[in-house]
Amino acid sequence: MAHAAGVIFRQPSVIPGFGLALGFTLIYLSAIVLIPLLALVVKSAGLGWSDFWRLATDARTLAALRLSFGAALVAAMINAVFGLLLAWVLVRYRFPGRRLIDAFIDLPFALPTAVAGIALTALYAPNGWVGQFLAPLGLKVAYTPLGVIVALTFVSLPFIVRTVEPVLAEIDRELEEASATLGATRLQTVSKVVLPSLLPALMTGFALALARAVGEYGSVIFIAGNIPYVSEIAPLLIVIRLEEFNYGAATAVAAVMLAISFSMLLLINLIQAWSRRRFGHGA
Amino acid sequence: MVLEPSFQGAVLAAPARSSHRSPVSEAPATRRVLIAIALLFLGFFLFLPLVAVFVEALRGGVGTYLRAISEPDALSAMKLTLLVAAIAVPANIVFGIAAAWAIAKFEFKGKAFLITLIDLPFSVSPVISGLVYILLFGTHGVLGPLVESAGIKIVFALPGIVLATIFVTFPFVARELIPLMQEQGTGDEEAALSLGASGFKTFLLVTLPNVKWALLYGVLLCNARAMGEFGAVSVVSGHIRGVTNTMPLHVEILYNEYAFQAAFAVASLLALLALLTLALKSLLEWRFADGIAAVRGH
Amino acid sequence: MDISIENIRKEFERFPALHDVSLDIRSGELIALLGPSGSGKTTLLRLIAGLEFLTSGRILFGNEDASHKSVQERNVGFVFQHYALFKHMTVADNVGFGLRVRPRSQRPSRAEIRRRAEELLELVQLPGLGKRFPAQLSGGQRQRVALARALAIEPRVLLLDEPFGALDAKVRRELRRWLRELHERTGHTTVFVTHDQEEAMELADRVVVMSNGKIEQVGSADDIYDAPASPFVFSFIGASNALRVHVEAGRVYLDDRPLELPRTNLPDGPARLYLRPHDLEVSRDEAGSIPGVISAVRRTSGARLIELEIGGRRDRLEIELPAEQSHRLNGRLAVRPRKWQLYRDDECRLAS
Repeated sequence: MAHAAGVIFRQPSVIPGFGLALGFTLIYLSAIVLIPLLALVVKSAGLGWSDFWRLATDARTLAALRLSFGAALVAAMINAVFGLLLAWVLVRYRFPGRRLIDAFIDLPFALPTAVAGIALTALYAPNGWVGQFLAPLGLKVAYTPLGVIVALTFVSLPFIVRTVEPVLAEIDRELEEASATLGATRLQTVSKVVLPSLLPALMTGFALALARAVGEYGSVIFIAGNIPYVSEIAPLLIVIRLEEFNYGAATAVAAVMLAISFSMLLLINLIQAWSRRRFGHGA
Repeated sequence: MVLEPSFQGAVLAAPARSSHRSPVSEAPATRRVLIAIALLFLGFFLFLPLVAVFVEALRGGVGTYLRAISEPDALSAMKLTLLVAAIAVPANIVFGIAAAWAIAKFEFKGKAFLITLIDLPFSVSPVISGLVYILLFGTHGVLGPLVESAGIKIVFALPGIVLATIFVTFPFVARELIPLMQEQGTGDEEAALSLGASGFKTFLLVTLPNVKWALLYGVLLCNARAMGEFGAVSVVSGHIRGVTNTMPLHVEILYNEYAFQAAFAVASLLALLALLTLALKSLLEWRFADGIAAVRGH
Repeated sequence: MDISIENIRKEFERFPALHDVSLDIRSGELIALLGPSGSGKTTLLRLIAGLEFLTSGRILFGNEDASHKSVQERNVGFVFQHYALFKHMTVADNVGFGLRVRPRSQRPSRAEIRRRAEELLELVQLPGLGKRFPAQLSGGQRQRVALARALAIEPRVLLLDEPFGALDAKVRRELRRWLRELHERTGHTTVFVTHDQEEAMELADRVVVMSNGKIEQVGSADDIYDAPASPFVFSFIGASNALRVHVEAGRVYLDDRPLELPRTNLPDGPARLYLRPHDLEVSRDEAGSIPGVISAVRRTSGARLIELEIGGRRDRLEIELPAEQSHRLNGRLAVRPRKWQLYRDDECRLAS
């Protein structure tokens, strides 16, 4: 692999196995990830611009994309608030069961999404554990966009906690002491000194949560009710188009989602680069 | 000394009440309220759903529960899930080690880009992860005719399910190993080589023991996702009962057939797997924090 | 602002960090708290600031009891060892922070805060750097920003924790001189913590030497160097030798031989004779002086050091002679002290 014509592709090293390791990595990466993703690009390119535009801007598609993004955005915002609170409580306070609860935060990563989906439905259906108390208040959660938000809040819950926790743990206590000696109240110290230091981590966590929530499928389809134009998410629309053998429409929706996901990935990298440049440390 | 009269007034008016608190913590009452809100939120969003799975699963009694998890379709779903994980996880272990070796032990151009590509599957919707294989190997796919003429069935069959599972679990092992191995550098390997060890021996006796806990950590997360994946597998499986149904898919079918107790019974097995994963993961984090990685993050 | 520290004690989880410490700091004074790590100097500084709270005793700011006041109420300027600058704020915002967080009724206008920050940055010789971020400054510049930030709140007392600890030697010397000038110009009552005796002696009006949670001595540089109150102070400040001797009826004996020293009023029994290397001179005559065997001769930049073994190999004595004076490398040598301190043996054991 080291023979890239004329330029030094890699630094010399006494350690063996570079060609084998990198060769295998590239072949496997191409076979599993790159070529299949390329197939998506080829397929959507094959649609032609006008067809693609027609399929991507179809009213039902737009409604589904709007729901996926809107609900993901709301879920990420809910988690920004509660994730920050959880990180704060878990890092700063000592109380019985703290370590257990800290471990429990990762449940949404470990619990299969289908299981989460039916469990949340059992809770928030109109006759469910929680739903039966909300129904008399006129609050319908399951089978409405609200249900989508609940499911997405569940699956994206750990992201902000886990990105903020290590940064919060490493904030120098002297910064808060300095603020106090300068006369700041505790609230001023938290809002003007601590929170701004957490901002890059918070933004990274927010973007990760958003990216995960936008693409989420398993936990949502049970609780959403899946009513076209109302509570039908974009990934579900892809599945429906596939079942209709309408590959073109499925591809178009997928291409739009993929483009948005990659922009978010870029955004995360930009946030981290900016944070490193500005404050001398990563998010 | 500069002290404005109004400020002095404020000082005198404030009693010593709050003064013995550390200046960098909140009042005990504030603390308790924040903890209570945090626990309430977790209770509603994490704890209650988990409890619901088990309660709903046992609603019809233990007999019904056992029947639900021992009927033939459930058993074949379990077998398929185990089989898929048994192929996908080792495949990603081999890849993870190869990628980490190349990236952590050598300096070459385009490394950062390669790392970004390895993380790519995490930012792709599971449904799209399944879709791409249909577009590639399906009847109307790019390679579809080729595959069909060779008599291989990929989509709506085991190979498709395995491929989709590998795709969604692709980065888990690699992203645990890369930062740790980068941090460890090449000193140990160089020492072993200078002492006459072969490349393979060096890897087996020096590198591998250095990263064993991180590897285990990655495998644990990879396995949990492999067994629990729903969206990607759902798209490529074709939902053929007793043939291409994994456990999560079986849960969906039972649920859609209004066999709620059976659905929750199978789901409870997956929930137990999740709890076991969390327990082992925490154990690794507590006991071998240094051996996992300095940089944590999912 | 006079500050009186009266009989304070501080325990951390029952572990005593300071016992019964009293100290009067006069208005406008520059005071150094000097001691090894674990001596309680930083704890004392943090107690004055209100970052820690007393177990018992009182701290008075002027006539006002500040013991139970919160750190916000005390109005002290604290400069942290690693500066604790707010990374996400510009230099000017850092300096103006203490003014911006004041209650609305006492808060100066934005323009006024900006003007004051600019003024302070000029005072610390960083004019025009207000728009930079802390990450873009050198260590010495950050230190001065931290100082400007502390001065912005017009503190009643300025407290500095190891102010030059994180800087390299050259910058440290420059900043030391500059801080002394600044103090003379602004006249703030200033207390700083250091483990560097040179820094303490060169900079401070008075040095407070601390050890094991107690104050050993308070005095000018001359006092603590020339008249150390305890064996600890003698050996902590400057180079020192200690010889085991014996006191009998006011006379000092080294291995049964009387030393030619004035009578002491120390009680009979074992004692230790503390000597500085440069306060020893070569004696022609062994009688009444300290005899030994040369074990090493070394040249340093400004002097020649001779190591003597006394009484077999029991004690070791270092002597500093002018560099011009060449010296033989072995044989016997007798020395006579020009200055010395004599302490009872049990005092020394407590100190070590």
